[in-house]
Amino acid sequence: MPIQSVNDFVVRFANVNGSGSASANELFARAVLRMGVPVAPRNIFPSNIQGLPTWYEVRISQAGHLGARGGTDLMVAMNPQTWDKDVAGIEPGGYLLYDSTKPMPKTKFRDDITVIGIPLTAICNREYSDPRQRQLFKNIIYLGALAALLDMDVGEIEKLIAEQYKGKEKLFDANKHALHLGRDWVMMNMEHPIGLRVKRADAVGERIFIEGNSAAALGAVYGGATVCAWYPITPSSSLAEAFIRHCNRLRVERANKQNKFAVVQAEDELASIGIVIGASWNGARAFTATSGPGISLMQEFLGLAYFAEIPAVVFDVQRAGPSTGMPTRTQQTDIISCAYASHGDTKHVLLFPEDPAETFDFGATAFDLADRLQTPVFVMIDLDIGMNHRLCRPLTWDDSRKYDRGKVMTAAALEAGKDFGRYLDVDGDGIPYRTYPGTHPTKGSFFTRGTSRDRYARYTEEGPAYADNMQRLLRKFETAKDLVPRPLQANADKPTKYGVIYFGSTSPAMDEAIEMLEVNGQCLDRLRVRAFPFHSSVTSFIAEHDFIFVVEQNRDAQLRSLIVNECGIDPVRLVPILHYDGTPITARFIARAIGEHLDALKITPLRKVVS
Amino acid sequence: MTYVVKPKFHHPELPKNELGYTHRDYEGKISTLCAGCGHDSITASIIEACFELSIEPHRVAKISGIGCSSKTPDYFLGNSHGFNSVHGRMPSVLTGANLANRDLIYLGVSGDGDSASIGLGQFAHCMRRGVNMAYVVENNGVYGLTKGQFSATADRGSKSKRGVTNTDNAIDMVGLALQLGASFVARSFSGDKKQLVPIIKAAIEHRGAAFIDVISPCVAFNNHTGSTKSFDYVREHNEAVNFLDFMTTRPPIHVDYAPGTVEMVEQHDGTVLALRKLNAEYDVHDRLAAMNFTAHHASQGQIVTGLLYVEQDAADLHSHLNTVEAPLNSLGEKELCPGSAALDALNASLR
Repeated sequence: MPIQSVNDFVVRFANVNGSGSASANELFARAVLRMGVPVAPRNIFPSNIQGLPTWYEVRISQAGHLGARGGTDLMVAMNPQTWDKDVAGIEPGGYLLYDSTKPMPKTKFRDDITVIGIPLTAICNREYSDPRQRQLFKNIIYLGALAALLDMDVGEIEKLIAEQYKGKEKLFDANKHALHLGRDWVMMNMEHPIGLRVKRADAVGERIFIEGNSAAALGAVYGGATVCAWYPITPSSSLAEAFIRHCNRLRVERANKQNKFAVVQAEDELASIGIVIGASWNGARAFTATSGPGISLMQEFLGLAYFAEIPAVVFDVQRAGPSTGMPTRTQQTDIISCAYASHGDTKHVLLFPEDPAETFDFGATAFDLADRLQTPVFVMIDLDIGMNHRLCRPLTWDDSRKYDRGKVMTAAALEAGKDFGRYLDVDGDGIPYRTYPGTHPTKGSFFTRGTSRDRYARYTEEGPAYADNMQRLLRKFETAKDLVPRPLQANADKPTKYGVIYFGSTSPAMDEAIEMLEVNGQCLDRLRVRAFPFHSSVTSFIAEHDFIFVVEQNRDAQLRSLIVNECGIDPVRLVPILHYDGTPITARFIARAIGEHLDALKITPLRKVVS
Repeated sequence: MTYVVKPKFHHPELPKNELGYTHRDYEGKISTLCAGCGHDSITASIIEACFELSIEPHRVAKISGIGCSSKTPDYFLGNSHGFNSVHGRMPSVLTGANLANRDLIYLGVSGDGDSASIGLGQFAHCMRRGVNMAYVVENNGVYGLTKGQFSATADRGSKSKRGVTNTDNAIDMVGLALQLGASFVARSFSGDKKQLVPIIKAAIEHRGAAFIDVISPCVAFNNHTGSTKSFDYVREHNEAVNFLDFMTTRPPIHVDYAPGTVEMVEQHDGTVLALRKLNAEYDVHDRLAAMNFTAHHASQGQIVTGLLYVEQDAADLHSHLNTVEAPLNSLGEKELCPGSAALDALNASLR
């Protein structure tokens, strides 16, 4: 029986990269959105520019489930290389749209799905002679076909094309023509619409559609970053490039066209973080964007910044590791390497936003935190958030907000005779005062070094002075616990002994999984951790429950290890739920894994039976 | 090594500069390097240069990497902020600092291990970018703090104190700086303060990447027979091509030199270098000829010193990036934050 579903299904496009499919596929997602139906698109792409398989998955969900779902209801199979796998991935009762120009043997299909053959190449070749046009318009033609098959409002697609080619009438007309070629062919030759339909709704509201990397870069613009140093690495490159783009629009002096920002594409990640540390030491707000391998390269400098107490903001767009891992696949896999980055005793502040909107907020806040705490702050996103368009609440900014530059001693304070010790804890919060270079002719200068020093920044190798400083750094980290974004707790309707801790891009899948578990009568209290060091509420949440599931997207349960280590929790009480194959975690996975555990926990343990 | 605290009193009639400062105002802590170390002579030359230029000490940021040479910023300009950063990474830290505040003077101090071995990449890229700085390499061809291993600038065939012959080719930092586009390149000798001080002054005044390779013998590990970085060897093989007699911010009214032997080089800010030519053929404005000349003499075992290349209208990283005149670190939310209205417009475009 073919699947019948309105506004709740998954379309997957299988393409060859470099074929121009990406923009057509994105048009499809946007058109659904314009019809008032939430979508969650995801790129699944190779580390390659042309010729390898690439997929674009669009989850259409009026209920607003934005996590990956798993499974495909409609496969648009445009890549012969991946045909077998693509056909196998269709849900029973699903649909397959393919280019029927060349006949395919019957064995290549399944009989539990609906096969929709459209002679795309034939239509294309009839209409166009230029090879590039044939390739590009083929994508638009299947888009037109989809509009008819899914009963979409073709006007919305036309409007989107018009916006895209504003002022380029010829291109608009050509694309519109191709769109109708596909649509008309379906309308004349086959039954339509199919069982899957997009019906106009009002479920999008004022939400925006933005990539996490772009939102992060905007956070840096609003947060007052003036210096960005970076080295190209997937999936973070588009963050630095977005910063350049936003700055070119928002940060150029109108009168003389001069830039209120400086971006350096450095020779490597070592230089990137070095530039950030140099700029921050000198009082500018600076950041870098990188991924796991870059974090590995920055380790020595991060230790220096921790010990010399220099602010730095690092956006880590995580990908699968180790080594070069799967550069174009998502994971939450740098938690430990960032939390304890570098040699010696170090601990760093990490922020875990869940989506682009929160990435914007945390991106801006990271600069306040770095200045306040005089230490590196990591904004931990991943490929899933960074490189996919995500529907999220609009970005907001309070115009009365002032940047918190932290404890900076001014020339006036020095002149007034205020005692300045660079590493002197005057307020008991572990945070000392600093001065910017060039502040005062005779007061307030100091020599910054990675080697040990006393409270007045004078070189010393005395054990007690070193230990005193290390203790103060711990006090500072304690202070950080109440400054970083707090965890968010949501309790089940009924009291429960079980809880779940999760963070970052797992969020939408987790929300949906909770609904699925509740249908089965399984209740869980939730805690979304949003930062490290952990607020005391993390420990109390764990104390309030018998067992806690810790859901994360890596093999080694890195957040769980961090909780065990930092909160002194018995590891037995923290049950790891781990997803690490490079695909985004799904609600189905979480619900199944937790569900099985909960079922197992209901069985009376053996020792209780014997005793 | 000494732990003596430097006495603060000084002779009441010490000469003062335009700011009313004496030499003592440009000094730092007492050096902890070995007695007779070439690096201490360079420190003295930096102090002299800053004194003569009447620089406000706190307007200088002195940044170094790791090693004997990188310790020296603690020994001069005690009222300047200093940053003893990470081994081989001074150039990136300095680049960042420079981006944050274009109004300060940036003095990068490094050694041959720091700049030619572990930090060769960063050295190369900050030269390429034209970071406005004076980059001083205190070059002794040896690792001092770890006791006498060869560095990457040790000449092939030179002998270590333990009697080992170096079989690796030497990296010529002057040659690299020239090739990489440094707009001011000089080489000098720690033992020749008369030559070194004006070169440091000119480098500080230069806008753009100014590189000075200062041969600075290591008295503890590289001052023996068989070393090509010993005091005796450098004195014997020093081939000075010119001599900077003086510098001023005003064109000289009267120059008393034989015709053809002195060239006036005006820098972008109006300062003038009076370059006394020791080698009449040598042209400080010809990058390729400078590369050729220094390489040719190096193959003969000669060490060419002097101002080797200067580009009068050099640009720096800030001009490449077209940054505003105000230091970036002086901008606040008013200048930097586009505000909620811009964000609302952006939100609208994302639907």
